[in-house]
Amino acid sequence: MISSVLGWISLCIGVGFTLLGCLGLVRFPDLYNRMQAATKCVTLGTCGIMLGVFLLSGWGALGVKALLCALFVLITVPVAAHALARGSLIFGVKLWKGTVKDQFTTDKGGPSIIEEQK
Amino acid sequence: MTILIVLLSLGAFFCLYRALKGPSIPDRAIAVDIMSVLFTSITALMALRYKLAYLIDLSIALAIISFVGTLALAKYLEGRSLDD
Repeated sequence: MISSVLGWISLCIGVGFTLLGCLGLVRFPDLYNRMQAATKCVTLGTCGIMLGVFLLSGWGALGVKALLCALFVLITVPVAAHALARGSLIFGVKLWKGTVKDQFTTDKGGPSIIEEQK
Repeated sequence: MTILIVLLSLGAFFCLYRALKGPSIPDRAIAVDIMSVLFTSITALMALRYKLAYLIDLSIALAIISFVGTLALAKYLEGRSLDD
C-alpha cells in the first residue's frame, strides 16, 4: 500500500520533470542553455520514472531491471551531453549574445569567444 | 498510467520540433538523444501498464545505443578520429 502510493508520486514527479525539460528544449535561446535544461531535467525525470516502476512492481525481473536502467541513464546521459557540448564549442557553435562568462577558451589561452562576437 | 504515457509522448513531440527546426547539427543531435531517453521511459511505463516484462530489456538496449551514437557524433564534431 505505502509503496504503491510512493511509486505513483515518484512517477508523477518524473513525468513532470521530463515534460519541463522538453519544454526547455523548445524555449531556451541557444544550444548550451537548451542542452543543460534538457539533460538535467530528463535525467532526473527518467530516474524518477524508473524508481516508480520499481516501487510499483516489486522485487521481480521488471523492478530490478528498471533500477539497472536508472543507474545506466544516470551515468551515461550527462557524459554524452558533456562530450557533445565540448565538441560543439570546438566545432564553433555561437554562444548567446547575453552570455557573461566563457571559461573554456580563456583557460585554453585563446581569446574569449564573447569578445569576438561583440 | 495511460495519461502519463500520453504526456511523455507530448514531450517527444517537443523534441521532434527541435530536431526538425534546430539551427545547428548539435541541436538536432541533443534533441534525438533526449528523444531516445524519453522512449526509454515510455517503454518502461508500457512494460508496467500492459504487464509485458520483456519490454524493459528493449529500454536498456535503447539507452546503450543512443549513448554510443551521441558519443560518436561528439568525437566527430571535435575533429578527432573514433579510436583517439
